[in-house]
Amino acid sequence: MTRWAMVIDLEKCVACQGCSIACRFENNTPAVSPEQAARGRAIRWNDVFPFPVNPTEDTGEYPNVKARYMTRPCMHCENPPCTKVCPVLATYKDEEGLVRQNYSRCIGCRFCTVACPYGVRYFNWYAPQWEDPLALRLNPDRLESRGVLEGPAVRPKGVVEKCTFCIHRLAKARARAEAEGRAFRGDEYVPACVQTCTGKARYFGDLDDPNSTVTQLEKSPRAFRLLEEVGTHPKVIYLREG
Amino acid sequence: MHLATSYHPQNKHEDTILSPLRRITFVDRWLWAVLLGVMGLGAYAYSRQWVFGLGVTGMNRPVYWGVYITNFVFFIGLAHSGTFISAILRLAGAGWRKPLTRAAEAITLFSLPFGVASILIDMGRPDRVLNVIFYGRFQSPLLWDFTAVSLYLFSSVVFFYLSLLPDIALCRDRLTEAPLWQQRVYGFLAFGWQGRPEQFHRLERVLDGMAIFMTMLVVTVHTVVSWVFGMTVQPGWHTALIGPFFLLGAIFSGTAAVVIALAILRRVYHMQEVLTVSLFNSLRKLLIVFTLGWLYMMVAEHLTQFYGSLPDEMEVFWQKFTGAFAPLFWLMFLIVFVLPLIIFVFLGKNRIGWMVAASVLINVGMWLERFLVIVPTETRPRLVSTLMAGMGNYQPTWVEGAITASLFAGMVLLYAVFTRLFPVVPIWETAEAVEAETLPARPRRSLFGMRRSR
Repeated sequence: MTRWAMVIDLEKCVACQGCSIACRFENNTPAVSPEQAARGRAIRWNDVFPFPVNPTEDTGEYPNVKARYMTRPCMHCENPPCTKVCPVLATYKDEEGLVRQNYSRCIGCRFCTVACPYGVRYFNWYAPQWEDPLALRLNPDRLESRGVLEGPAVRPKGVVEKCTFCIHRLAKARARAEAEGRAFRGDEYVPACVQTCTGKARYFGDLDDPNSTVTQLEKSPRAFRLLEEVGTHPKVIYLREG
Repeated sequence: MHLATSYHPQNKHEDTILSPLRRITFVDRWLWAVLLGVMGLGAYAYSRQWVFGLGVTGMNRPVYWGVYITNFVFFIGLAHSGTFISAILRLAGAGWRKPLTRAAEAITLFSLPFGVASILIDMGRPDRVLNVIFYGRFQSPLLWDFTAVSLYLFSSVVFFYLSLLPDIALCRDRLTEAPLWQQRVYGFLAFGWQGRPEQFHRLERVLDGMAIFMTMLVVTVHTVVSWVFGMTVQPGWHTALIGPFFLLGAIFSGTAAVVIALAILRRVYHMQEVLTVSLFNSLRKLLIVFTLGWLYMMVAEHLTQFYGSLPDEMEVFWQKFTGAFAPLFWLMFLIVFVLPLIIFVFLGKNRIGWMVAASVLINVGMWLERFLVIVPTETRPRLVSTLMAGMGNYQPTWVEGAITASLFAGMVLLYAVFTRLFPVVPIWETAEAVEAETLPARPRRSLFGMRRSR
């Protein structure tokens, strides 16, 4: 079996937000106007934000700041609270551990968005729009079949979207291996954020493969997961700073 | 179609109760027009939401649920009025409930559709609502809701109709001067009811049986509504108390709504003789119990939260007690608990005006309470709570206001029209002698086919 996972080494992360931008262009995430963003409607599948060292304490004031940076894709939990509550199976965990989102089935009830403790799910409050030069350069990739629309396909208004671990790249890598008549290997595909990461802080691979980088790094004493106490068992593993 | 020899129970208030059905006044037409106007405004607001998307509301990330979901919970709660009064009090054998059963059940019947509508209005893709049927999965608490609420709606209609049946037959026979369409409706709906003793027997037994079923539904429906929140892991929602608390709140606001409806009917339709002050006093006692029960739940929930002091829970706790929602929270506490308790205990007895004032306060306050269960939790989600500076403040827009107003207008409109078409006090249930003189002497057949003699 395959269990796709990501390791993010916070020691190497420089908080450049390159992953956010790469994600946005790879996945056609719509940009919203500044006033909409101020109302909390920006869509950032891969968010980068200051994260307090101890969430129960004050973060302090400059220059005595106790803060670090955190980058956050979807955790692709082993036990996802979001998929449980979906009334129509528009979101589900597939056999490779990816938490999928089908835009053409989602009814927009936003139960998954309120159930996710990480806030990785975003809702299309309006139909997405792009300024002209951007509109001409949308990623044409999409996963589409009868009643299914996934990947970077432009979302209709009123549905929920989230990080897919660039599932269209996985599909393309599989197709390429098949066309070349060979078996698909786990290291043939990485999401756009991993490919672009300036500090090479992100690793991607198969947790069920004992020799993969992510499996090796998961054993590190620096490894931790976000909100482990909630019992979601995320497949995004962080490596602590220091 | 029917036999002219139908038997109707003797009720000395029959003319009083039927008098609203005999004419539609100028004020009625104005009221209906105004309510329709409000509904029209709501329809316009909804059309904008349909065309442009939910962006026209004030909802955002992380406040994904706002006024619409509050309305959903509130309307379903309001619906607990009728079933509580007629089913639970029927089982408890509280005879005083009889004159107000129908007025209460009508609240149930006419608020449930607007609860359902609230959910549909909240959907981002209302055009895909049938996906819930095609692809519905029962692991989702939303499907539990869907099932429970639709079952509740269906059973309420049946329960309501059955207890209305003898009175429809009465209307069919008495209101011979009504417009022809109205007489035809009565004739059709009466289903050839003749008022024979065994018909009344059978009706009573069916109503008793249904009352048991309805009582179970009352408990499950609002608990399931609360589980939409309780089943998530979010701080403030994920508590076992949320089910019982929602249920108590529902019966509380529902009973208060009955007081308001009864007082209006009593005044407008001159039913002082039928809807006596003693009825209001009985409701007052119930409401005192509910007010205290509400405080008990409130303390149980928040003291547990506060004493345990889990950091995530405390974020939500302080949002309510001292944070952005504190003014609303303390206002809610004042108008749900403090003022109503004072009014009911010290001022309410025999004074309908005071009781109505307290009931209005309770209902406004219970709407706020639902809002304060839903929104503060969303503004302090676990991970992002410390990160979203300046976010998570939710300001409903005029669209949400207009749609909410139209839902309430719709409920009042249905209620108002109903009171002009059907007797709002059950004539047969409040009659002095329900049955004809002679009871059937033959043994009655029990539910499971076993014979037993009376």
